[in-house]
Amino acid sequence: MEPRNEATMQVLTNVADLDALRASLTGPQDDRPVVALCAGTGCRASGCMKVAEQFEKDLDDMGLTDKVRVVHTGCHGFCEQGPLVVFRLGKDQAVADADGNEHTNVFYPHVKPTRVRKLIEATIEQRHTVDQWLYREPKHNESVVAEQDIPFYKHQHRLVFDLNGQIDPTDIHDYIAKGGYQALAKVLGEQDPEGVIDQVTKSGLRGRGGGGFPTGKKWAECRSAPGSLKYVMCNADEGDPGAFMDRSVLEGNPHQVIEGMIIGSFAIDAHEGYIYVRDEYPLAVLHATIALEQAEKLGLLGDHILGSGHSFRIKVVRGGGAFVCGESTALMASLEGKMGEPRAKYVHTAREGLWGQPSNLNNVETWANIPLIINQGWEAFADLGTEGSKGTKIFSLVGKVQSTGLVEIPMGMSLREIVEDIGGGVATGTVKAVQTGGPSGGCIPEPLLDMPVDFDELTRVGSMMGSGGLIVMDRTTCMVDVARYFVEFLKGESCGKCVPCRSGLGLMHEILERICHGEGKLEDLDTLEEVGQWMSKTSLCALGTSAPNPVLSTLKYFRNEYEAHITEHRCPAGVCQALITYRVVAENCTGCGLCVRVCPTQALKGAPKEVPTLDPDTCIRCGACMEACRFDAIVRE
Amino acid sequence: MAVEQAIQETKLVADEAVRVVDDAVANLGASADQLIAILQQVQRTMGYLPRAALRRIAEALDMPFMQVFQVATFYKAFSLEPRGRRVISVCTGTACHVRQSPLILEALERKLGIEVGQTTDDGEFTLLKVGCLGACALGPVIDVNGAVFGQMTVAKAEKLPDQLLKEDHRGTQK
Repeated sequence: MEPRNEATMQVLTNVADLDALRASLTGPQDDRPVVALCAGTGCRASGCMKVAEQFEKDLDDMGLTDKVRVVHTGCHGFCEQGPLVVFRLGKDQAVADADGNEHTNVFYPHVKPTRVRKLIEATIEQRHTVDQWLYREPKHNESVVAEQDIPFYKHQHRLVFDLNGQIDPTDIHDYIAKGGYQALAKVLGEQDPEGVIDQVTKSGLRGRGGGGFPTGKKWAECRSAPGSLKYVMCNADEGDPGAFMDRSVLEGNPHQVIEGMIIGSFAIDAHEGYIYVRDEYPLAVLHATIALEQAEKLGLLGDHILGSGHSFRIKVVRGGGAFVCGESTALMASLEGKMGEPRAKYVHTAREGLWGQPSNLNNVETWANIPLIINQGWEAFADLGTEGSKGTKIFSLVGKVQSTGLVEIPMGMSLREIVEDIGGGVATGTVKAVQTGGPSGGCIPEPLLDMPVDFDELTRVGSMMGSGGLIVMDRTTCMVDVARYFVEFLKGESCGKCVPCRSGLGLMHEILERICHGEGKLEDLDTLEEVGQWMSKTSLCALGTSAPNPVLSTLKYFRNEYEAHITEHRCPAGVCQALITYRVVAENCTGCGLCVRVCPTQALKGAPKEVPTLDPDTCIRCGACMEACRFDAIVRE
Repeated sequence: MAVEQAIQETKLVADEAVRVVDDAVANLGASADQLIAILQQVQRTMGYLPRAALRRIAEALDMPFMQVFQVATFYKAFSLEPRGRRVISVCTGTACHVRQSPLILEALERKLGIEVGQTTDDGEFTLLKVGCLGACALGPVIDVNGAVFGQMTVAKAEKLPDQLLKEDHRGTQK
């Protein structure tokens, strides 16, 4: 893929060249209305590329191709509402809503190809909004015109994610026009490596991959480590199920990550870098590769970057699909072409990492924060957040919440604000728990939701920040099943090198399976706790030491649910299949026969217009009938 | 006769494997850090990693066969057995799990008559489960050869295999 203007892909030999290029890109010539079309993985799954084709075709038919700029951006974060289209208009292009108010930003969710023509006509030619297709916020069922007024976006604080919905990630010019590589120019032109490390340290930035280690400290250790060959790496092996912010940042704004890495390499004095991307993220691999090619063409990577003495190159390496490779030493083993097995960390990566050389590994989101700290100053960054956790954090707000997607919030916001104000709460009424930190984290019960989001606070309640998955659970989520789920996941992903993790997870899984089948004993709960404590103390890497967290935290806060499974053989949430039955509620049934038709085992029988009967012996509890029923006439209990 | 035919087929696979590996190595470089990338390219081209390919990679990268085999069996992206024409991966990430993805998986197992990890006898479908596809907001999701299907239901899952076959049929008629 080529950027929109090939002529401006000449090597930049100094900072003045970069400034001149930026000036040429931001001149007054381009004041066309912008159609920002989300082309992230989520919207692609919802069919956005067909919408994109339709825009191209309709604009061409209407003779507007040169008058409107269509940008295929990265993920906007509100994936559930996709395909998303945002019109960004100049003041003299504003459109009027039904009440006559003027808007320069109009957000349309769930855009279908058939709607495209009308959207163009209304916005560009007739200058009004198409009210029936605007976003309706679920609480008051009122339509909202502009992106920034939608509750999901309104309560966020987007810094790292700011450019995601605005720029085309496959065109370096878009990033440069928005001030991209300015931080790099500043660093290479005016600062020394120690000064850069000093700023990062003072900003209070901590690793966004989950560990929360102070980034500046890590860099300083790597810089001072003896050795002339050093490596800088980006961890994009985002394996935590339920988290996808790293994917979205790398897909939607790869240059910000690359810029951060170049600055880091300058501070550490490294000349080679790697971006290790998870196998399941093909679009992120593609966009990172395109971004690297373009940065090299412009001389932002390679020898003597911007005419300075610093040289740096980056390679993209695709993972093989192993969760443990998100662990730093396993990731490096994988980069070396070996199995992704972790090693004991008595020698720090900063001293002996990749190929035995001093190395520095940071996560995607951490790297993306670096240009912001340099541009805005560490003081501004440190002003945001809590005592021990600075800046913002991106979470993937998913599960049983009304508005799901990626949200960036200042550290210190409460979990309740995130779930209720941004996510719009849960449809079934009340939140039961929020799970953070992926398989290494824990479940935080509803009464604790007022706690601020902060590395140390989350650890204190038995969970952790992790990479930022935030999974909302309601009364239909079984906490024992959740614990069993995580243990099963980790059992499959444990590399098997150390005994506590390998055997501990096997034992825990066996016990939890038994409990979910109603065959548990009360003393099992003590065994789970004991095994968990041993695993935390003795496992080799963080996968093993944190693996018991989902079990221990649910045991701590939801012990009664475990006990219900054991003593009453009952799953209060109605999830564990061995302990539930389905029943037809005759009063609600209209005899429509839909459930009878969808039942795969003919367990439901009944003539049309009659209340069907359910044979519990042939019922396999697949839930198809309940899913199909529109009258709440099938219940699970 | 059948034996000769089998030998002939094995030979054909081996020849192709050597070709594919040589291409990948030429493309990516014969260095150890490219091992996973090379395996991936072979997996993509051939749909699995035949033994002959692993042997050729070991030669090309000048590393013990054992090391190539270890890596090929460690990572989930690789398969030592041929896979079906369509690989259906059911996301079992946390967000999908709490939105009932286990029921979706079961429905597909039932519909296809195979268990997770298996391939149908006609070679049309392989059913896998994956940790997380990163499309959590659309959960439960399924990936079929790179195309993502969001907001799945048991009913949609039951229809999916037939729908895929039909679409393909239409595709070939064009």
